[in-house]
Amino acid sequence: MHSRTLVVVAFAVVVLALTGTAPSGAAVVDVGQIKVSKGTVHIERAKQRVPVTVGTVVQEGDVLITGADGSAGITFKDDSLLSVGPDSVLAIDRFAFDSTTHAGAFETSLRQGTMAAVSGKIAKASPDAMRVRTPATILGVRGTEFVVRSSRVAP
Amino acid sequence: MRRGWLGLALLLVAAGCAQTVRVAPPTHDEEVVLLPGSDGKTGALVVTHAGQQQTLDSAYATARVKDPGEIARSQSDATAVREAFAPALSAQPPRPVTFVLYFLGDSDNFTPESTVELQKIFPEIANHPAPEIVVVGHTDRVGTIVYNDALSLRRAERVRNDLVQLGIQRDRITIAGRGEREPIVATEDEVVEPRNRRVEITVR
Repeated sequence: MHSRTLVVVAFAVVVLALTGTAPSGAAVVDVGQIKVSKGTVHIERAKQRVPVTVGTVVQEGDVLITGADGSAGITFKDDSLLSVGPDSVLAIDRFAFDSTTHAGAFETSLRQGTMAAVSGKIAKASPDAMRVRTPATILGVRGTEFVVRSSRVAP
Repeated sequence: MRRGWLGLALLLVAAGCAQTVRVAPPTHDEEVVLLPGSDGKTGALVVTHAGQQQTLDSAYATARVKDPGEIARSQSDATAVREAFAPALSAQPPRPVTFVLYFLGDSDNFTPESTVELQKIFPEIANHPAPEIVVVGHTDRVGTIVYNDALSLRRAERVRNDLVQLGIQRDRITIAGRGEREPIVATEDEVVEPRNRRVEITVR
């Protein structure tokens, strides 16, 4: 395990040395930022409730939750824009993005509510890399703008 | 004989299953509408449900999944979308914007046009809540790779310093230099190409 970590670190050092493209001040886990937040909004992160304001960082694994009066918008590192309306639950399942090649994977789940989306560089570089799941469907995003709604039907 | 009974039993089980699927009440009501892109181009969405696929590829093409096992297609319009999705649409962050500034040869001094252009970036940054600014420097192919890596980074640093001078918080700006690797115009080595001597500034 230890030696494996060393190998990974060594590889990263070599890659950075070769390409000379180390961005300064980039954090590892940030995948986007909250740019718009109205009404009741919070993020569930590792079972903790994180309050949301404009500028709050979004991480892989976060679940964005809005109340009956809430709405919120996120700008992701690949320039994708996702925004949700009231009573919505949006999970950021996976976000991997290489800012040089634009290769990556972007998977989210809209568990309920409404969402507006504008896809970014990940979907542009590889048409099958961005997916949105809802309880009943999977959306493969080939670009670029769409809206989606999922409501529970009372039994 | 035994085999016959087994077959009959399997048939009944299968029939039971089929029956269950057919009468399952809807648990969700879902709808997805493809919108025209802001650049005038409309993309595409592949909707998968219960092993079926439908591709939406025209403006306001709509897929609805309510009854399990069925993707119903229809056509929406701008007014209906605005009504049904108003809060989500109005929470959409401003679109990321990219500026390109050009430099004089072998230097981190802007061309006269780009000196003027730099001033336009500030209002755009002010228009973005919690703005993130990514500055990536590039060079043409005059000089060595190592030299151009350093020059491209110096150009990015120059832009960061100027933006900080204009009042932008330094920690909102990320910089990188890509040297001569990503030309706008492909050239042979050691060829002067002003269009490749640039920084690309993305505000998001």
